[in-house]
Amino acid sequence: MSADTHGHGDAPSHGTRRTYLTGFALAVVLTAIPFWLVAGGALGNAQTTALVIMALAFVQVVVHMIYFLHMNARSENGWNMMALIFTLVMVAIGLIGSLWVMHHMNLNMMPGMRSGDAGGM
Amino acid sequence: MSNAPTMTDAGEPVFYLADEHDHEAGGSTMLGFWIYLMSDCLIFAMLFACYGVFGGSYAGGPRGSDIFELPTVAINTSMLLISSVTYGFAMLAMDEDRKQATLVWLAITGLFGMAFVGFELSEFAHLFAIGATPQRSAFLSSFFALVSTHGLHVSIGILWLVTLMVQVGRFGLTTANKRRLMCLSLFWHFLDVIWIGVFTFVYLLGILR
Repeated sequence: MSADTHGHGDAPSHGTRRTYLTGFALAVVLTAIPFWLVAGGALGNAQTTALVIMALAFVQVVVHMIYFLHMNARSENGWNMMALIFTLVMVAIGLIGSLWVMHHMNLNMMPGMRSGDAGGM
Repeated sequence: MSNAPTMTDAGEPVFYLADEHDHEAGGSTMLGFWIYLMSDCLIFAMLFACYGVFGGSYAGGPRGSDIFELPTVAINTSMLLISSVTYGFAMLAMDEDRKQATLVWLAITGLFGMAFVGFELSEFAHLFAIGATPQRSAFLSSFFALVSTHGLHVSIGILWLVTLMVQVGRFGLTTANKRRLMCLSLFWHFLDVIWIGVFTFVYLLGILR
């Protein structure tokens, strides 16, 4: 492959036609299943459906990372992966922290002031 | 270079490089661009957090299940997914130094991107028409903030893509243009990854809620 002739050892590879098509096929399946689950209500229970589609979304993100963004532990001497891991930690702190804090704040509001009450959560 | 400090003739340790070795032009661009993408990822994470907090605050207005239409979202999702693959094919053509094929695949990618933005704008127009504006409730504010930030990214990506098509058309697949195309490739695939979060957490879970 011409991707190997870049010389610089950490030049990003672009995959091959086959890896793109494999990634595409996986992505289509991982997209179609959640849409089908929500449209048809095949699992019946909304809670179970929610958990399943979140799990599928996570898998699809990993598929995209590997097949489209060509993530691996070696690109740029591992600094790409380091930046990604650092970002994931920051994202986790931000997301979980926000949701946690705001959830407790809602719980401690006076009755009738909860943000969800008006809409009937 | 070794980790042990080198010594001067007088025997004192030297902790810096006397001569910085040469870097090829643009050699650090890909890492720098990746770090930009990671910071962009944080922006989206916080918008998702906002949506997670306000997503249930309807203020008596429409709920997600009232206003989201599954077919529209499915079409949007497939547009973006197909454009990701066609961009991949553009990169493969670029690797093989086939200028025309690269341009054709880039044009196809741009068309799918424009279709995505078009469908999203028509969805927004429909929402505005039925009174589901960002001012209506915290749920809609956070919804529009998140989804339109993504749409804005895609729009700017299309602008960038057209710019690069002109560049490649005029100057060919030069080293600089290849580097730029690789940056846009990361950007484009990254937006598709963000969209996975949007269609799952905003649309699908919104319809279930």
